Amino acid sequence: MALILTFAEVRDGRLRRASLEVVSEARRLAGPLGATLTTVVVGPGSEAVAGELAAQGADRVLVFEDAAVASYASETYAAALAQAIADTKPQVVLVPFTAMGKDLAPRVAARVGAGLASDCVALEVKDGRLVARRPMYAGKALATVEWTGEPQMATLRPNVFALGPSDPMRPPDVARGSVHGSARARVTATAATAQGRLPLSEAQIIVSGGRGLKGPENFHLVESLADALGAAVGASRAVVDAGWVDHQLQVGQTGRTVSPSLYVACGISGAIQHLAGMSSARCIVAINKDPDAPIFKVADYGVLGDLFEVLPRLTEAAKAHRASRA
Amino acid sequence: MKVVVCVEQVPDTETRVRIAAGGASISEPDVQSWIVSPYDEFAIEEALRIKEAKGGEVVIVTVGPERAQAALRTGLAMGADSAIHVKDAALDATDTLGTARALAAAIRTLGPVDLVLCGQQGVGGDHSQIPGMLAELLDLPQVTVAVKIGIGDGQATVEREIEGARETWTTSLPAVISTQKGLNEPRYAALKGIMAAKKKPLSVLDAAALGLDAAALSPRLRVTQLELPPARPPVRMIEGDPAGQAKELVRVLHEEAKVI
Repeated sequence: MALILTFAEVRDGRLRRASLEVVSEARRLAGPLGATLTTVVVGPGSEAVAGELAAQGADRVLVFEDAAVASYASETYAAALAQAIADTKPQVVLVPFTAMGKDLAPRVAARVGAGLASDCVALEVKDGRLVARRPMYAGKALATVEWTGEPQMATLRPNVFALGPSDPMRPPDVARGSVHGSARARVTATAATAQGRLPLSEAQIIVSGGRGLKGPENFHLVESLADALGAAVGASRAVVDAGWVDHQLQVGQTGRTVSPSLYVACGISGAIQHLAGMSSARCIVAINKDPDAPIFKVADYGVLGDLFEVLPRLTEAAKAHRASRA
Repeated sequence: MKVVVCVEQVPDTETRVRIAAGGASISEPDVQSWIVSPYDEFAIEEALRIKEAKGGEVVIVTVGPERAQAALRTGLAMGADSAIHVKDAALDATDTLGTARALAAAIRTLGPVDLVLCGQQGVGGDHSQIPGMLAELLDLPQVTVAVKIGIGDGQATVEREIEGARETWTTSLPAVISTQKGLNEPRYAALKGIMAAKKKPLSVLDAAALGLDAAALSPRLRVTQLELPPARPPVRMIEGDPAGQAKELVRVLHEEAKVI
């Protein structure tokens, strides 16, 4: 029987949501592929999350908890996943396109000689084989990709694949793998940077600011609206290059490509490289004083007006909305 | 130190993408200008700074068709010492793993190297695969998406950003390190550098010269269709004074779009 292997990321003992999205999508594909589903979890706390993975649809959970994988290292984690692939010979291997997955998957693909499709946003089964859709040119184009040979390996963009129903009564079938050796590159320190804010790649709502804010001293208007909406904060390349905000916030072709359910662009004119990075959002709001700004061409809702008038009132209205639903 | 920088020539980020006849690639004649992938510019800049601080040499390598030589000349003009252009029709149709194998083979022709730098992603293909594949193929450690690199004696300290955190890594050298925006501010090539670049050594190698056979380069993954994203519906303008616009926007986002 065919097998789908997924990789689940555990950090600080917690499963990342993107890992569950991958299991959920694999469960959906298991039907048309006629496959069973094994999820590989590596590192401390792996066995503890087996129940959660089983509930989401994993038939078997393969756990690596050796000293060699006591903390994330590209080489030892790649060794674990590559060994799982060699031992189980899956038809399909799916990995979340998180920082860890993005670091790990290419090394594994090179080791096992697999074709790897990065940052996929849709998967389907055609004639018993996986077919993937992935953005290219930061979303200016959408590619359909097909594999020759196996395993068919793909990384999946977080926040795009829906979580199917979870069944807590599904018991986990846990197996253990073992990996040895040491890594030449290792993490020696980790410092939190986000100050309680969601990373752009995982946010359902993003509020972004651009040059229309006139200066870094006004960026708090965007942050206040983001707080009122429970959103992550983004920015255009222009304001990142001007040094107003950290480059980590940049949305667009040389920043993050994002697919939230709501994207609010404040004072962003909509350069083509910015539009590329956000136009796959489900709903786009543009607030701009220039009626000819290209951002209005991709927006679902437009507010023509002065940011300094609109944003504080929008923040108030969003807070009132939240309070009424609390 | 001997530092190798892998670069890719890509369409300018301002390019409006058009689909070629055949429907599986972009129309190259419609690309107004080709550039060094922006993430690779950070890699070139970092290599030059390491050379300026520690001495040594910088070698630039690319895999690509004839036009890609311009990317090498850009790197040489910025200050790199020599370049290798891997050019072969078999490579035009290969996938990321084939490209990584060609780069690895080209790097092996250089003898021992201390560091391999690559942009964290080629703008356009957006695969983010070459650095990790290269590290595996060369049996080297990797640190990806670096925003700070400190070179020590036989080792490097690297900072990288992950979701909500900044990690500090230590790696032995040689290693493969991929570069991210924030690492440095790439220099522009001065006229003197552009003139000097014309005289710097640039070797062209094909697949046979690198010992790569058809099986190594045969693609495991291919694009069967490339489309422009679906057009979005026309914008609906929210009218009224700022307070009215704010209230109406919150209402439609909740009741119609159902996103808040």
